[in-house]
Amino acid sequence: MRVAEMPSAEPGRVESVFRWLDERLGLTTIYNTTLARYVPKTNWLYTLGSASTILVILQVITGMLLTIYYVPTPDHAYDSIQYIMNEVSFGWLIRGIHHWGATLLVLTVFLHMLRTFFVGAYKFPRELTWLTGVGLLAVVMLLGFSGYLLPWNQRAYWATQVGTSIIGAVPAVGPLLLRIARGGDEIGAVTLARFFGLHIWWLPIALLGIIGVHIYLVIRIGITAPPERDE
Amino acid sequence: MSEELSSPSEEYGRRRFLAGIVAVVGGAVALIVGLPAIGYIISPGVKRQSAEQWYPLGPIAGLTPGEPTGFPYSYRVQDGWEEIAVTGTAYAVTQDGVNVTVFSDVCTHLSCRVAWKQDRDVFFCPCHDGTFNAAGEVVGGPPPRPLDQFESRVENGTIEILLGA
Repeated sequence: MRVAEMPSAEPGRVESVFRWLDERLGLTTIYNTTLARYVPKTNWLYTLGSASTILVILQVITGMLLTIYYVPTPDHAYDSIQYIMNEVSFGWLIRGIHHWGATLLVLTVFLHMLRTFFVGAYKFPRELTWLTGVGLLAVVMLLGFSGYLLPWNQRAYWATQVGTSIIGAVPAVGPLLLRIARGGDEIGAVTLARFFGLHIWWLPIALLGIIGVHIYLVIRIGITAPPERDE
Repeated sequence: MSEELSSPSEEYGRRRFLAGIVAVVGGAVALIVGLPAIGYIISPGVKRQSAEQWYPLGPIAGLTPGEPTGFPYSYRVQDGWEEIAVTGTAYAVTQDGVNVTVFSDVCTHLSCRVAWKQDRDVFFCPCHDGTFNAAGEVVGGPPPRPLDQFESRVENGTIEILLGA
């Protein structure tokens, strides 16, 4: 970052490449605004947002890898996952990271929300940071719910049976909403296909988009310090 | 920023140390996912799912010397998570009743199925009029090379071909 201030006589090769790129891309400006920000004295609980972001990146990458073999039809869903687990090299690892990463992501997102709540960080001027965070919590929960059906085993089937039934409890329009969620009266091929589409296209793009706004707001407004005892 | 600090060099030392930790941990995570991912992606291309097997076609005594005879074959192979049947016709031809050559019926041009035409003495491909003689050599049409051959052997008078090789 101090490159521009130093009138060094002989820049090295790496440095001259960096300077060339920096002059055109503004890398130093990006670094200074995103990472070299002023941050109040905080504690380890303030790393939960970063932890969630890292987990989202891992989920996106392992999820993209899983779609290379997974097939979202009742005929092939279960067998293609057995194939991933038993035949594909490191398939157990990639699926394992996706499976446990999902659980961990729900946990870190929830703890992140609790911390924000308890230090009062949702107050002016950070209301929108909080509201986009609420949106992210909802999207993460929907991702977890839609992904749960995809293995197409007994647990997936019956969990989705129970989960979608909750929608049916809405007064008046409940049965209609239930049929729309399942794509029919029963859980079947249509349900699996729409949950898959939701899980790999609509929700991840919504997630990444809202994360963009969320992080922009964090950079623009900054984060709070933990409140003092007398506040 | 520096007015808050007792010693700028100490702050830079700590900053570099923390940046190093982030780089090491981030790099470790990237490697733990990235290296297995390579194996994950290429694995169906480098692992063979189906074992080779010798498939009996029929008795060598049933062949007319110089005349290719078609034997249908069918065997099951593992296609990912599915078991599928591969079928085709193998053309066995012998000149001396001892040594057998077995041709695949897949045209070497664009993989259509050829058939032996007894009246014309050629393997004929209906797609682009490719023709091969009884030795599998190209006689006419677009095929770029002779018919492919199965690895074959004769066991107790029965012609066998190696499938899944």
